[in-house]
Amino acid sequence: MNKFAPLTALPSYRDQPPQVRERLQRLKQREVILKVNDLSKVFNTPKGSTLALNRINFETHRREFLCIVGPSGCGKSTLARILAGLEQHSSGEVLLDGKPVSEPGSDRGMVFQGYTLFPWLTVKKNVMFGLEINGKDRYEAEQQAMQWLQLVGLEKFADCHPHQLSGGMKQRVAIVRALANQPRILLMDEPFGALDAQTRARMQAHLLEIWRKIDITIVFITHDLDEAIFLSDRILVLSAHPGEVQELIEVPVSHPRSPAQVITPEFLATKARLEELIHKGAARDEDEDEGTYTMVTRLTDVTDDVD
Amino acid sequence: MRNWFQVLKPISPHAKLVLGSMSFVLPIIIWCVISYVPFFWHPQVLIIDPGSADYLQPGMRMDKRAFADAVKEADDDHKDPPKGVPSNPIYLPAPHEVALSLYTAFITPPATQDGPWLHQSLWHSIQVIFWGFVISSILGVPIGILCGTYAGFARLNEPFIEFFRYLPAPAFGALAVAILGIYDGPKITIIVIGTFFQQVLIIANTTRKLDVALVEAALTLGTRKLKLLTRVVIPGILPDLYRDQRILLGWAWTYLIVAELIGTSTGITWFITQQARYQHFATVYAAIMIIGIIGLGTDMILALLGKRLFPWDRTLDKSA
Repeated sequence: MNKFAPLTALPSYRDQPPQVRERLQRLKQREVILKVNDLSKVFNTPKGSTLALNRINFETHRREFLCIVGPSGCGKSTLARILAGLEQHSSGEVLLDGKPVSEPGSDRGMVFQGYTLFPWLTVKKNVMFGLEINGKDRYEAEQQAMQWLQLVGLEKFADCHPHQLSGGMKQRVAIVRALANQPRILLMDEPFGALDAQTRARMQAHLLEIWRKIDITIVFITHDLDEAIFLSDRILVLSAHPGEVQELIEVPVSHPRSPAQVITPEFLATKARLEELIHKGAARDEDEDEGTYTMVTRLTDVTDDVD
Repeated sequence: MRNWFQVLKPISPHAKLVLGSMSFVLPIIIWCVISYVPFFWHPQVLIIDPGSADYLQPGMRMDKRAFADAVKEADDDHKDPPKGVPSNPIYLPAPHEVALSLYTAFITPPATQDGPWLHQSLWHSIQVIFWGFVISSILGVPIGILCGTYAGFARLNEPFIEFFRYLPAPAFGALAVAILGIYDGPKITIIVIGTFFQQVLIIANTTRKLDVALVEAALTLGTRKLKLLTRVVIPGILPDLYRDQRILLGWAWTYLIVAELIGTSTGITWFITQQARYQHFATVYAAIMIIGIIGLGTDMILALLGKRLFPWDRTLDKSA
């Protein structure tokens, strides 16, 4: 296969290599963990009410990695917060293992963009937090916390406070803190958004490694399309104003994933499709509230051209 | 020097030391100049030798102009003119006099036989402050935290507290005496009234400033109700709460003097008023300085203790 095939010659993103198709078939036969039915969210403000999410439907299977992407303002963060139980939905239902979700609980872990580690606790105690809250005794909690820290290679920093760690390390602690509770599902709301590009790439590989090793279903919110394709089995694409499901894309890129795959035709085809979907929404968006910038007045000398 | 005044930039440790010392040295230099340089201010003349003026006595102070008249009068009559040196009014003693008083005030026995020594007066004041502040905190800190945590609780309490804090605490002096007698009860009450209402509002605000994401993270980890308060809210605000308490302790000191005038005058206030009555102004200044030294001293100790207690606290770095 020619790695440098021109974009026009891309296969359709629907063309899945046999092993990928087989894998997705197996995935879809697993039990459904999370089911979202006709979920809508209306924000009531003094200026009137806005429909943030409109009749969202999707489901995830056990050990699936689902990414949710969409233009800014599509309500993807709101969706994650509703799934976590931090926000109430207006209509529809969220079912976790068939049971409706209405408030936060330890069956749904969450990782936020802003780390949210407890600054007064050491790294180890941060990981122990959920375990102790949920009734594990101190000794057992400590044992498990150390195992989790080993999983992300941070056992040496167990007695440090969060402010002594780098951003990537903090986020790894936040991930294992959420995982230590052994939730059914891990919600991640743009968790790597605040990290620099190199750290983000490392964290993505790291996250896939963790996901492969333990029984966890991940719902990952991002606006980074490469990140979404690299990480997920399926991508839920939302449109903005109101947030609606545009398409559920099955990622045709084979497992195990490696950074070299970003130039494979499957990857590029998926990205092209995602961009098409997102830009369609974004273009509509721009007309509405951001305007265009074609009429910028020239402020330099006429002979002084950059091109 | 160029780096000393830059917007929101920290300064070097050397600059910190220099500027920090200057903040004390500069006022003292001004005080020295006024006290020791004869042509600065010195509106009066201290009589050394009354000469022929029989209405003058050595050690008397009089206005410069009146003294000039007296000299002129004596000269006109060809009599011995009075002699004197320029001096400041008696209420502004020189630094060395105050420094000396800082020492002598402690070794001078009380004027009356059953009167308290200075250190006894100070100790009495410290006890009044301590109990006032402790009682205020026992009530104010929990109420403040609850107001900050639960909007409903805040709504129930804060409007009234907001109203009450505008009532000047000393206004309750007479009432406190009528209810609690003339000894320490009303004094402590005044300090409690002066501190408590501010305390609730300040601590409620501090609590509200807690990063709500930390609470949400705790919720997603399965934390519930009371544990959210004890395991997240309280530890989360503790360093700021500690800082608030330090500031509030300073406020309690400002209410001390008024409080001690209520009922029977006691403590450092009694000492100061006594000394002022005898015109021992150097001692009055010394006593006021002792209050400042105790106040700043405790605050510095508490600040150091805070660094030990809350090693994770990042905001400490900026201020110190």
